[in-house]
Amino acid sequence: MTINPQTPMGLAPEALFGGFAEAPVQSARAFRALLEAMARPGTIWQVEGAAPPAPLSIAAGVAILTLCDGTTPLHLAGAADCLAVRDWVTFHAGAPLCAAQGAMFAVGTWAELMPVDQFRIGDPDYPDRAATLIVEMPALAPTGPRLTGPGIRETVHLSLPETAAFRANRALFPLGFDTLLCSGDQIAGLPRSTHVEDL
Amino acid sequence: MTDQAYNFAYLDEQTKRMIRRAILKGVAVPGYQVPFASREMPMPYGWGTGGVQVTAACLVPEDRLKVIDQGADDTTNAVSIRKFFQRTAGVEVTEATAEATVIQTRHRIPETALSEGQILVYQVPIPEPLRFLEPRETETRKMHELEEYGLMHVKLYEDIARHGEIATSYAYPVKVEGRYVMDPSPIPKFDNPKLGGNAAIQLFGAGREQRIYAVPPYTQVVSLDFDDHPFVASKAPHDCDLCGASESYLDEVITDDQGSRMYVCSDTDFCATRQEAGHHGRLGVPQFSSKKIAKSLEGFCAAEGVTE
Repeated sequence: MTINPQTPMGLAPEALFGGFAEAPVQSARAFRALLEAMARPGTIWQVEGAAPPAPLSIAAGVAILTLCDGTTPLHLAGAADCLAVRDWVTFHAGAPLCAAQGAMFAVGTWAELMPVDQFRIGDPDYPDRAATLIVEMPALAPTGPRLTGPGIRETVHLSLPETAAFRANRALFPLGFDTLLCSGDQIAGLPRSTHVEDL
Repeated sequence: MTDQAYNFAYLDEQTKRMIRRAILKGVAVPGYQVPFASREMPMPYGWGTGGVQVTAACLVPEDRLKVIDQGADDTTNAVSIRKFFQRTAGVEVTEATAEATVIQTRHRIPETALSEGQILVYQVPIPEPLRFLEPRETETRKMHELEEYGLMHVKLYEDIARHGEIATSYAYPVKVEGRYVMDPSPIPKFDNPKLGGNAAIQLFGAGREQRIYAVPPYTQVVSLDFDDHPFVASKAPHDCDLCGASESYLDEVITDDQGSRMYVCSDTDFCATRQEAGHHGRLGVPQFSSKKIAKSLEGFCAAEGVTE
């Protein structure tokens, strides 16, 4: 048997650290935060337990550990596509890395993820087959564009990277991508069902 | 006390990730049935395997779990699922709706209003509202895709033609956010108004049919009807014979072979709480609810239960 020279021959030792210490319980708590974030768009939640290599935030690391595995192609965009992150994702989640078009999950800053129309938006008969974007943000704050829709009693505000792309995404409903916004250990959700308006 | 032979909340991590991804997609597309790879559970299909898998994927050790079967905390299905999670997840359990963080339910929404931070998990037998009208999955999928729900209105119309009113009394179809027609699981249509604008997250799990769907908080849920035959959330025209409640959903209980009957709240926690607060119904004397009896026995069998 010959060894494929493309195969990474070994992981950097740093890649072995920074995963969940107690996966069943930590991923359960992390998922509850993700569920609340996605079910109540615009609310900001704290998560913990992951220590991914730069440039990934704690929250993006937690989202990857909680949701990604060998069955979910992951796209690393821009600076996130570095050896340290590739090794860390491979060791802790085992997610196959892929181009944007085939990704179920994608991680990067909003600028790095552009153009967002390259991601899967699901099929008309299976709208669930759409990408989830894990967007690295400099900060998350309850200010900025106004959000309405399912999960929101009246209106909330969330500091989004832009509004035009999310409005276009909402217009595709029930198709469209879903978004998790991460900054440090904070995370917020923006499902495709949310209406976004500039103030 | 958790049974160490099992992973936390019974399911393995890979399975939970798969279910969690399906739940998040369900939340993002309210009312749409997300396919998922339902697992064999240590209970037969029809006993809430879908709800159990959704609950297992959502539970955290800090949760307080309530399980009801047609409103009752003390029926076989509810008791066995509650014990299952006490044993495999080590979570606290409760019968009080307001104290629970996760409520798994079979065919009822609790009378007590739910609040933010609570999750209501439904056990669903047939998730497809169009299934009895169109048996082919390929066709119903196309109908959802094209938002072609005329057949459902024909069914409701035929009810009116035959019975003079919409006779569908449970599993009454609803439209979620103006897009997907959804089966609210066989809850009585009395409960339908509580589906929309609810503060809690509502998750639906169908194990045998391998579907998960969701209604996020404060979501618009409309029961299908006609302008001249509007939806009516009906219930038996009586008060509860035990607690006297006039606004709760009632079970009819035959009490002898002479045709005598009584009506009692289907929500046992609601009824017991009212009785403890001093409310009495037609059958006068304060009754000892099963909850009260269980509480009075707590000292004797506290050590039992989980450790067996």
